[in-house]
Amino acid sequence: MALPIPDEFPLEDSQPTPSALSLIPYFVAGGFFGFLAIRSEIASWYRIYEMFRFESFHMYGIIGSAVLTGALCLRLLRRWGLEMRPSEPGRYRYLLGGLVFGLGWGLVGACPGPIYALLGSGVAGAGVVFLGALLGTYAYGWLQRRLPH
Amino acid sequence: MEVFGQPWPWYVAGPLIGLFVPLLLVLGNRRFGISSSLRHLCAAMGSRLPLFRYNWRAEGWNLAFVLGIVGGGFVAGVLLPHPAPLELNPQTAAALRQMGLSPEDGLVPRELFSWQALLNWKGFVFLLLGGFMVGFGARWAGGCTSGHAISGLSALQPPSLLATLGFFAGGLLAAHLILPWALQALR
Repeated sequence: MALPIPDEFPLEDSQPTPSALSLIPYFVAGGFFGFLAIRSEIASWYRIYEMFRFESFHMYGIIGSAVLTGALCLRLLRRWGLEMRPSEPGRYRYLLGGLVFGLGWGLVGACPGPIYALLGSGVAGAGVVFLGALLGTYAYGWLQRRLPH
Repeated sequence: MEVFGQPWPWYVAGPLIGLFVPLLLVLGNRRFGISSSLRHLCAAMGSRLPLFRYNWRAEGWNLAFVLGIVGGGFVAGVLLPHPAPLELNPQTAAALRQMGLSPEDGLVPRELFSWQALLNWKGFVFLLLGGFMVGFGARWAGGCTSGHAISGLSALQPPSLLATLGFFAGGLLAAHLILPWALQALR
């Protein structure tokens, strides 16, 4: 289905609805990620704050080594024909959308992955952040046509 | 088993997080990204806006993935909790105390995230607005830290670099200008 303004990661409408069984590997992978988010403390409000004050290498080390690992693996996978789809063109959406995201990230100290991990670990406030993120997503859908992209 | 209850250093956690990019590509040609799940949830709730009108069930892998994250968070945070406080830079800890936060327990400040904090309407609105910006900005930018800063940068995609610059600019503004003021207002 053609969207008025395509999302960064276009959805493939022809895809069939997956069976519940085929979703299990993703659930397990998500489980590892959630565990990792807590254990590596990337889900910590304090670590994010520390990062934005440039007072710890921890988060930079994590993001840097994750990107390096991802880039090396993608280089290998390209030989087997597996490649990531290119992004949508645009400038404003990335800079301005990124800025708004960053403002929220700096305040609540959690991006979407950690929000889910904190929800699971029983942090009450994570529920409110999650609710806010859902409302924000919906509001974007509503204002989409009026925003620069 | 000991190691599973201890915090993991960056050089263990970082490469493991990076491995999710090839893992999801191999599992089903998926792009590692988490904020899309919020879009799918809006679609699942039946919104008629164009952004949310698609067969969200076809994106079920993403919802299964985030459900897994919740489960993993439960295992790490509730079943195998790490009770000691975070080893923060003393300068950071001092700045936090000055702003009225006490970094003594858990991953998040109880002054902002506990049930008690939520009973204060200002604290509730703070988290709701912050979350709102995370959701709004992620969809506008077409991805969050996982989709852009990890996946997109790994694939050397220029738009993801722009988005990551935006994330950092926003975060710096929030941490240095807005947060001290907001925490003052919350007290």
